[in-house]
Amino acid sequence: MGDSNWDPLSPAIELKNVVKYYDDALILNNVSFTVRRGETKIILGGSGSGKSTILKLIIGLEKPDEGEIWIDGEEISRFRESDLMRVRQKIGMVFQEGALFDSLSVADNVAYRLHEQGELDEEEILAVVAKTLGFVDLEDAIEKMPSELSGGMRRRAAIARALVGSPRIMLYDEPTAGLDPLTARTINELVIKLRDLEGVSSVFVTHRLKDVFSMANQYLGHQDGVLRYMTEEEGNLCLVNTRLLMLRDGSIIFDGFDEEIRQSQDEYIQKFLA
Amino acid sequence: MDILSGRQASLLQETALEVQNLTILGLRSLLNLFRRPLYLRETFEQMDTIGVGSLVITMLTGFFTGAVLALQTSKTLSSFGAVGYTGQLVSVTLVRELGPVLTAIVVAGRVGSGIASELGSMLVSEQINAMRALGTDPSKKLVTPRVLASITMVPVLTIICDLVGVLGGFFVAYFLLGISPVLYLTSAYDRLTYSDLVQGLIKPPIFGFIIAVVGCYCGLRTYGGTQGVGRSTTQSVVTSMILVFVSDFFITRLLLAFI
Repeated sequence: MGDSNWDPLSPAIELKNVVKYYDDALILNNVSFTVRRGETKIILGGSGSGKSTILKLIIGLEKPDEGEIWIDGEEISRFRESDLMRVRQKIGMVFQEGALFDSLSVADNVAYRLHEQGELDEEEILAVVAKTLGFVDLEDAIEKMPSELSGGMRRRAAIARALVGSPRIMLYDEPTAGLDPLTARTINELVIKLRDLEGVSSVFVTHRLKDVFSMANQYLGHQDGVLRYMTEEEGNLCLVNTRLLMLRDGSIIFDGFDEEIRQSQDEYIQKFLA
Repeated sequence: MDILSGRQASLLQETALEVQNLTILGLRSLLNLFRRPLYLRETFEQMDTIGVGSLVITMLTGFFTGAVLALQTSKTLSSFGAVGYTGQLVSVTLVRELGPVLTAIVVAGRVGSGIASELGSMLVSEQINAMRALGTDPSKKLVTPRVLASITMVPVLTIICDLVGVLGGFFVAYFLLGISPVLYLTSAYDRLTYSDLVQGLIKPPIFGFIIAVVGCYCGLRTYGGTQGVGRSTTQSVVTSMILVFVSDFFITRLLLAFI
């Protein structure tokens, strides 16, 4: 977290008029939004609406055809791959299905970034790995191979891998897709934990409404000296720092809070929420 | 009037683009040798996979090729009363031409396809993107170690193939044709010239480079899920085999002009 260029007033992520084509197909049409520091932006939308493309643009895996992408005060859309490597150290990404390296154990997957950086010795790396796996409640799987893990465990291992290096920005690409409700809830609580305890800015792509409303209404806080997940319904003051963004055919049709989306008169949004 | 139809022009353009991208990947894999990190562990692992892993099949190929060469050539040579030259014919043919080419074909089939399917699977399961997201350049971590390992291991395999091939010819010559072992081995060894050895040793690293770069290129441009992985694997083998044969002709032509 010790970056001398860090400007606390600049947004964590800002997209300005981004346009993206794949071949001749328009994927993103003039997309602009901001993610403030410590904020979680949930991107909603049907399949093929451009949700995952936004994440790939933010982390520099794809380049926009038009527009600007600002990360931590730097415009990265024209960066070369070597410059992007530096930017990517500030960002953790959880891919759909986890994208764990299947030839490496869970420990080696989580330690991947540290091994690449080569700054710590094995003992220190092991300590970081154990601590990070503890954070996602996966200490027992440290020696396992990805093929031995359940879907939920794979996603948690992927979150642990993305968390190494304490990134200020986290990107989640449908981390709960295909999971049972209990496991999905565990993943959501991890995201909330990172948002409320670590102040991590994040973009969470999903099409599950359950994820949206659990993250928009829940927060992690101390009650009677104990950390617990609380909701507005329990009569607590809600300090949730989460906004929603909805895409349709590559264009933004909503950007606001969960109360606002529930009251939206847009036919597509109403159908989506129904 | 246009010389090429729109479809032909587009096909030509696509082919030119493929060749350009393949060349860029090959050059990048070599330039990475001068940039840190070097990924030595991955390189040694690949050397083991390519070299040790292909040893048995290369030896079998070499042995039976040498044996068949001895059988075929001795028949023709005997009609001229020159059966004593069997050893020379086997060794020169193997060292100059068949050893490098057959080893390259075996490695292309076994290793090139493996590289393409491994990288293709990593691509479709987003492991390559994950690698980039974690700050690693896949061309450094995945391509360069494979290219380096292939450049170094294909010559070693070729030398082994040549030796075992001469041995295969020896077995046929001695046990089936009744040629004196001393005559066979003397003619096989004495008639080999500096030019034969140079030709036989210049080709394998070039073939190794072609096989690994084509394998990596086909793997890294996989699309269309698991079906795409199969397609990339086939393309890798076919393309590298064709390139091996074509480059073999031009290298031979060039070497014959200078050596």
